[in-house]
Amino acid sequence: MKALLAALMIALSTSAFAQADEVANPDPAVEQRLKDLGEELRCLVCQNQTIADSNAPLALDLRNQIRTQVKQGKSDDEIRDYMTARYGDFVLYKPPFKATTAILWIGPFALVALGLLVFLFVIRRRRPPPAAAAVPQERRAQIEALLDESGRAETPRGPPRKDPRRS
Amino acid sequence: MRALKFIIPLAVFVGLVAFFAVGLTRDPREVPSPFIGKPAPAFTLQQLHDANATFDPAQMRGKVWLLNVWASWCVSCRVEHPLLVEMSRKNLVPIIGLNYKDQRDDGKQWLDKFGNPYTLSVFDVEGKVGIDYGVYGVPETFVIDKQGVIRYKQIGPITPEALDKTLVPLIRKLEAA
Repeated sequence: MKALLAALMIALSTSAFAQADEVANPDPAVEQRLKDLGEELRCLVCQNQTIADSNAPLALDLRNQIRTQVKQGKSDDEIRDYMTARYGDFVLYKPPFKATTAILWIGPFALVALGLLVFLFVIRRRRPPPAAAAVPQERRAQIEALLDESGRAETPRGPPRKDPRRS
Repeated sequence: MRALKFIIPLAVFVGLVAFFAVGLTRDPREVPSPFIGKPAPAFTLQQLHDANATFDPAQMRGKVWLLNVWASWCVSCRVEHPLLVEMSRKNLVPIIGLNYKDQRDDGKQWLDKFGNPYTLSVFDVEGKVGIDYGVYGVPETFVIDKQGVIRYKQIGPITPEALDKTLVPLIRKLEAA
């Protein structure tokens, strides 16, 4: 019985957080846009949560602000501009592509490209391309005979040495 | 040419160390204000002590002044408050308070208890003006010049060091302009 009560209390407590920004008659279209925008924006108090998720008072205020602006018919870009004008680019989870963020966006690709170049360079250095011509038939027989011989005898002269691997 | 094999990684390492040496001294939680060099956003708010009187930053044109965001529920504000009181006693620069998301009575009582360094305080009960100024924590202080342009934002309490090294020289410079 106690467990049930505890579970019930925990389940209901989350709604207490949402109380302050619950609207009387939520418009699903507005709430959806609010959620989409809110998940793109950073809560500056917690800094690791989105404005949609955060329970900080500032996040609450900003959610209400976004809701008002969406109702006024502002576009997503206009609302994002409103946020960056006040809090800077840090409020966006997706940093814009600017001169200052070019390194951030291009960096990983540049590093991969650099790595590939180094890799190719090292490979080329180690193995020069083999300039092997086709081996004529007569030589082929001679080569095979030589290879067979060296397979049987350990050394060309003297008895075969003991294999040092077998003690 | 062979030395290059050793010099390049060493150079990269030294470069990285330089970046870390600078970067690690910075506070990653500080959000720099996009308002530096921009005009202070206009507003009209009731004053804290007199609901019939209002304040507009345009009234401060021609003067260098500070806008200090504070609240009675803010613990860090108590840390910087004695410094503000000291500044007002020395008549360093006019300080306008922005009472952020507070109750009128709580705000007034707090000033009675801890001292009132403000020329006046405005009452921003909903925090709308705070949002317009990019306030994300309390306390914050803006240095505004004679043309109404924000020149500096102090994030967090004003420390004696920040006062001596940054604020006072800046205020002197702006007043001479």
